Amino acid sequence: MVKSIPHGPSVLYIDKHFIHEVTSPQAFSGIEKRGLKVLRPKQVVATADHNVPTQNQHLPILDQLSRLQVNQLIENCAKHDIELYGLGHPFQGIVHVIGPELGITQPGMTIVCGDSHTSTHGAFGTIAFGIGTSEVEMVFASQCLLQSKPKQMRINIDGVLSRGVVAKDIILYIIAQLTSGGATGYFVEFAGSVIRNLSMEARMTICNMSIEMGAKGGMIAPDQTTFDYLEGRQFAPQGEGWTKKVEEWKGLVTDQDAIFDKEININAADIQPMITYGTNPGLGIAINALVPATEAIADEGERKNLVKALDYMGLSGGNQLLGTPVQHVFIGSCTNSRIEDLRMVANVIKGKKKHEGVQVMIVPGSQQVAKQVYAEGLDKIFTDAGFEIRQAGCSACLGMNEDKIPAGDYCVSTSNRNFEGRQGAGARTLLASPLTAAAVALTGVVTDVRDLMPQP
Amino acid sequence: MEKLNIIQSTFVPLAMENVDTDQIIPARFLKATTRDGFGKNLFRDWRYENNDENQPKADFVLNQPQYAGKILVAGKNFGCGSSREHAAWSLLDYGFKVIVSSFFADIFKNNALNNGVLPVIVSDAFLQKIFQQPNTGTLTISLENQTITIDATGEQDSFEINNYKKTCLINGYDDIDYLISITSEIEEFEHAGNF
Repeated sequence: MVKSIPHGPSVLYIDKHFIHEVTSPQAFSGIEKRGLKVLRPKQVVATADHNVPTQNQHLPILDQLSRLQVNQLIENCAKHDIELYGLGHPFQGIVHVIGPELGITQPGMTIVCGDSHTSTHGAFGTIAFGIGTSEVEMVFASQCLLQSKPKQMRINIDGVLSRGVVAKDIILYIIAQLTSGGATGYFVEFAGSVIRNLSMEARMTICNMSIEMGAKGGMIAPDQTTFDYLEGRQFAPQGEGWTKKVEEWKGLVTDQDAIFDKEININAADIQPMITYGTNPGLGIAINALVPATEAIADEGERKNLVKALDYMGLSGGNQLLGTPVQHVFIGSCTNSRIEDLRMVANVIKGKKKHEGVQVMIVPGSQQVAKQVYAEGLDKIFTDAGFEIRQAGCSACLGMNEDKIPAGDYCVSTSNRNFEGRQGAGARTLLASPLTAAAVALTGVVTDVRDLMPQP
Repeated sequence: MEKLNIIQSTFVPLAMENVDTDQIIPARFLKATTRDGFGKNLFRDWRYENNDENQPKADFVLNQPQYAGKILVAGKNFGCGSSREHAAWSLLDYGFKVIVSSFFADIFKNNALNNGVLPVIVSDAFLQKIFQQPNTGTLTISLENQTITIDATGEQDSFEINNYKKTCLINGYDDIDYLISITSEIEEFEHAGNF
């Protein structure tokens, strides 16, 4: 923190600033209009992800506006001396996948990006949050942001996870409990034995969706799992510098006697494989539960919301989702496109074929993840099953690039948002884990993955 | 940024909760590289049938001529979801200067403030009172006094705003002006190796 303004916000110094093509052009033109340069270009890392096609990336982008936007990023980065991992670069990928996998994201940093899922990086014990374009411009101009201290919440998850329950189910469960606005104004720490036992990929999935309950950010204290993940990565400290840094990072834990504005305890055994039925990520249920009946909702505002959501989704309250025919499965996005997610899918579908009524798109989060998929032979498992493997990008998560779900169709998606039209105008999104997505790919209907798993 | 202090206007009631930024401006309209012209696509998929400007949806409030004004009044958790500042730009470009709700998503709130659009946070009860007003009624918002008044009845609620942001809005300053003014302090901080 550089300083505090009396009775006002504080000046927060930003260590790393990730940018992409969609939320940066107006920030570049903004500083140029003021006659400024990017103050610390070496602390900015750029990639193209939202607007890129996931096929034929070696060819010029077909959509003219997308091409212009991506080209503008190339020009802006060249002009301001910013490192760009653009299309064709071996490090290109979804911004929240590449930061961690390259070791750019490190414990204790302050990290921002013009993207709400910047909370992902909190999995490394960073203060990471999404910002708007005016704020991108502020960081360009000063490497700082004006921030007020958020309230603090801790969510402890202890106990033993049930069969078929993975990180995505944990976070969908938490959001369903808290609602889509339930953590607004808070920065959330995820803690407890369950979190300690999760891999970095799983921790990223959880922190990624902190924003879906309105949180400013989510974070997990760094530990040996964090250090093991980072060691040897491209931009992680090396040699003596590494040892020194790890010692420093070990101190980044919450004080024993810390008091939170809100503390929530969750028993892992209460969490089932989850799926959403509505049009915000808080509208989720255990996969074998009933969709809430509208008449059972007492609050008028909530009831109206649910009626509208179910109408859009073409679902009726009081019924099961299990068995609902699904036309698309999307496996990808900054929530679930890392190698561990794709291995999880491969394990379920190995040697099997997808259902003929469903189209399955699997989109690795980065060029490096894609490389790993081919190195491990997962590509063969996917193609044998009839899945379509695409190239790295945000893809069908947000209905901005070529990958869209047609109106009226259901898509079981490992992404993070089920808002109306999110995956394409009229598309109906059911958010779920990679395990559940894999199960649905095989059956063509909403399926409880535990039914396909060997009995314990 | 334009100065903002007292706004008196009729209002547009959007009695829906959890209005996310994907509804305010769908992703397919984020391909522009300037801040202008987003107003015509504001609430695009709620406003038009089949994405066609010639087929306005009669039941959507922006298509109902009895509702107009510089103030949008919406249900709780307005602006949740994506960080796209295009949401604030589209509201401003359409003509809204004030958004009233019982709570806002954080990133949207900052984006609005950074564009001179005032988010006014009222109690749930006061929000319901506004929704019950006839469409011809006006609201008066005084940033100076941090009050919002239903002019027909005189009922009033006060709202919170960060003092620094309030000064910025009243004077039309933005954060960049301030941050640039302290560049030497930022450099000292860097040289001290504090980061």
